Amino acid sequence: MVDSIWRLGYASRFFLLTLLKSGTSFRRFDLIIRELYFTGVLSLIIIIVSGLFVGMVLGLQGYETLQRFGAESAVGTMVALSLVRELGPVVAALLFASRAGSAITAEIGLMKATDQLAAMEMMAVDPIARVVAPRFWAGVISMPFLAALFSVVGVFGGYLIAVVLIGVDEGSFWSQMQNAIDFRYDIVNGIIKTCVFGVAVTAIAVFEGYDASPTAEGVSGATTRTVVTSSLVILGLDFVLTSVMFRGMS
Amino acid sequence: MQRTTMDLWVGFFVMAGIGALLLLALKIGNLGTYSAADSYTLVGSFENIGGLKVRAPIKSAGVVVGRVTDIQLNTETFDAAVTMNIDSRYKFPQDTFASILTSGLLGEQYIGLAAGGDEAFLKSGDKIMKTNSALVLEDMIGRFLFNKASEGNDEKK
Repeated sequence: MVDSIWRLGYASRFFLLTLLKSGTSFRRFDLIIRELYFTGVLSLIIIIVSGLFVGMVLGLQGYETLQRFGAESAVGTMVALSLVRELGPVVAALLFASRAGSAITAEIGLMKATDQLAAMEMMAVDPIARVVAPRFWAGVISMPFLAALFSVVGVFGGYLIAVVLIGVDEGSFWSQMQNAIDFRYDIVNGIIKTCVFGVAVTAIAVFEGYDASPTAEGVSGATTRTVVTSSLVILGLDFVLTSVMFRGMS
Repeated sequence: MQRTTMDLWVGFFVMAGIGALLLLALKIGNLGTYSAADSYTLVGSFENIGGLKVRAPIKSAGVVVGRVTDIQLNTETFDAAVTMNIDSRYKFPQDTFASILTSGLLGEQYIGLAAGGDEAFLKSGDKIMKTNSALVLEDMIGRFLFNKASEGNDEKK
């Protein structure tokens, strides 16, 4: 119990330290670009493929339920609302945690296990500024882009199923969607969610990597902890954010 | 510093991300269809607004001309004061009739504006004098039952 509180305090101090030292990494932006490639570009495939399938399933299930009430033209609204508000941010963040978060943890943990971080300190290079901060910022930047792509591809998947395959009227599919989705209320709130998730997932990933015990077992345990903790944190934060943002206002 | 293929991929990634955000805003959201940039406000007081909500559309002849921006209870008259934001391209005569209507049987409620014949137009901040409350289903059923019951009494006499 005391140990976990101790660890939480250490994690908070580590987070603040990362923020304080990120000035250096912004001056060397090529480091962030390199990490953007590894966390953002390499996550594109999994995000796009799962977004497409999630959208297609939503289209099928939405049509199946809505046609009982003769409201099958509202299937676009249903697909887009559920993607923009919930599934886009949450599923993209879960995939991001298991695709990119685990990689960040394993990389930093292995650097620690092979004494690369200690060697950097020896050369008066701060490992937090050189290794941790660029990875943190790359994750924070790529998360909103990935979630937006997920939502757009998902809506396209819903369109493929509902309009192309089943034959819902195309005009009412788009116009009902545009009528029901408000830019500030739905989309901006969804983007705020993804930014919060991006900070949470990458902060957990870099901390677990930095804190891993320098053995093969320690690194594997840290990687598992990253995925488990960030998934739980994403779902918990999502509930908190949803209850703050969408209090039955619409 | 040299350009690398990695930069190209990151460039693609950022462009795709920004493109997706734009698509969300313009194609999926309603940012492109209605903007509140040029608009004026009108106020109407209704006896009963039923299920009208903030952001509900305001239509005239079926065309969306604005949105409801605020709903408050006027504690002096105990009427609902509804603030409406109307696109400034559309002007309405001063004797315009505002009524709360429902789209379809179970659809959302909106405000319908029926233009009158007055020469003078409503200005920003003006109050719409002629309003018609929402139809409340329970009231209608109650009135119907009451009428039926009184008919039955008449027959017995």
